[in-house]
Amino acid sequence: MAESASAPAPPAARAEHGPPSRPLPAVHRLTLRQRLRRDKVMLLLTLPGLLYFVVFHYVPLLGYVVAFQDYQPYLGYTHSAWVGLHNFSAAFAQPAFWSATRNTVEIALVQMVFYFPVPIALALLLHSVTGDRVRRFVQSVVYLPHFIGWVIIVSIFQQVLGGAGLVPKALAGMGLPRYDMTTDPHAFPWLLTLELIWKDSGWGTIIVLAALLSIDRQLFESAAMDGAGRWRRLWHVTLPGISPVIVLLLILNLGNFLSVGFEQVLLQRDAVGPDAGEVLDTYVYFHGIRDNDWGAAAAVGLVKAAVGTALVLGANKFAHRLGHEGVYRGADR
Amino acid sequence: MERPTRFGQGAKALVLVLVVAAVAYPLLGVIGTSLASQTDIIHADGLVLWPHHPTLEAYRTVFTGGVVTRALLVSVGVTVIGTAGSLLVTVCMAYGLSRPEVTGSRAILMTALFTMLFNAGIIPNFLLVKNLGMYDTYASLVLPTLVSAFNLVVLRAFFMNLPGELYDAARVDGAGDLRILVRVVLPLSKAVIAVVSLFYAVTYWNAFFNALLYLGDPDKWPLPMVLRTYVLQGQGLGSAASGEAVAPQEAVQMAVLVVAVVPILLVYPFLQRFFTKGVLTGAVKG
Repeated sequence: MAESASAPAPPAARAEHGPPSRPLPAVHRLTLRQRLRRDKVMLLLTLPGLLYFVVFHYVPLLGYVVAFQDYQPYLGYTHSAWVGLHNFSAAFAQPAFWSATRNTVEIALVQMVFYFPVPIALALLLHSVTGDRVRRFVQSVVYLPHFIGWVIIVSIFQQVLGGAGLVPKALAGMGLPRYDMTTDPHAFPWLLTLELIWKDSGWGTIIVLAALLSIDRQLFESAAMDGAGRWRRLWHVTLPGISPVIVLLLILNLGNFLSVGFEQVLLQRDAVGPDAGEVLDTYVYFHGIRDNDWGAAAAVGLVKAAVGTALVLGANKFAHRLGHEGVYRGADR
Repeated sequence: MERPTRFGQGAKALVLVLVVAAVAYPLLGVIGTSLASQTDIIHADGLVLWPHHPTLEAYRTVFTGGVVTRALLVSVGVTVIGTAGSLLVTVCMAYGLSRPEVTGSRAILMTALFTMLFNAGIIPNFLLVKNLGMYDTYASLVLPTLVSAFNLVVLRAFFMNLPGELYDAARVDGAGDLRILVRVVLPLSKAVIAVVSLFYAVTYWNAFFNALLYLGDPDKWPLPMVLRTYVLQGQGLGSAASGEAVAPQEAVQMAVLVVAVVPILLVYPFLQRFFTKGVLTGAVKG
């Protein structure tokens, strides 16, 4: 799926879809200057966008030099003193850094195990619903929370789960003590996962549903002819059919493994305290921007980014070993 | 194949009803509470699903000037200008990259796509915005997130799949690249442009991160920052609460939430049917 799609267009279609068939006789022997001249409108159109990507995505990478500096805002990059790897060793010596790392990994693991399967299960369920209108209705309801911002979602969850919310009230009604999940440090990873499920599991079904639709119906029919029951068909036809997409989603998730929703965590960090609520991203924010400890915060950010990239590349390689396509294939992209 | 069993049907229906209820209940509760009176709130001890004495008092408190009204204006402005700007730049770039034979277009595409794999991180981005002199300006809410590589890929894929005969016919009629974009491509792309606009608009409307990082001056805060201060951190709405007989605090908080959600609820039904296509082109071609 990813493979055929990432090629720009099949050769046949390309010929027919029309490179600009301008009346230039010797198309193949144009010099670079002539080609640039021919394409100048198209290239000029890409310019503002290209400028954006360079300025806001590539230039900041140079800003990582502060990880190796004793950065002072009034001195700037050029005059701040170089300190080698001092920032890294300073950050690694802080218990707060390790606590943030532990929290990050814990939250990411809980989300990986308990959030990841939910969109897949929900998509299987939706796919099996025969009534077209029922399915469309449920789909439009479950997609909706994806468009609601974290601030709103966290506020809503505090109303439902916290203090006088539905859940504590129900517990009190059963004679149990009122339990406020939103301020319990031990429940923090679970709270985050619950919110993530509410917000994005419906949206996550889209890609799985598409994979389900692309499975050849004849496979189901012949499996049924061979006497495979409902569950055997699920196991031997449906799951293999969607496994490339599942692997793809898994790899993408791995890449973001250390970036457990910054906004979401930041908004709730104060309710549970930094011991449980600090993750690597909030650590960088509070130490760097709040406390002006630029160098150490940038060092932590750099390590995090490097580990994240390594995770994607590693997971992708692993997927290739297993015979899957993964996110990309060298030659294709 | 055999018909589904009755038990299976029942179980499925039950799960679906629960899923829909889990999404709907909190939203309805928020709307109900925003309309509730003090007695309703005390009676319900929390979220009010169906207020018995509905009142618009909370909305009056929110809209009679003050912090929320100002934040609302900022959010609307940033969303409108940001979406327009993002759309313009993204459409132009996607169209410019939609013909693989254009010299250098592949390298430019890779430059954009590669940013999906990494993120420069909080500190370098902050320093960049500061060095560009954008700290505490509204530009800092728009420019750092102007183009999304994902939306770029969605639009480019759509443009590439338009029938090539259209381009040829337009060219025979003497249209240049720009004229083809405006007269041929854009009119055919209304649906996908609508989806991409929604994606951008929602991002700007909900944007919290940029405001938190780059706006030190609370007078410039957009709605999500105000929500954080007055709903999540529970501070009173100072200026608004100065009048007499104010609405209950819970109702006011929920009214702010409703104000933040309603614009999304208004456009959502119209665009919802285009999602699947838009998301899939993006996910598959990415």
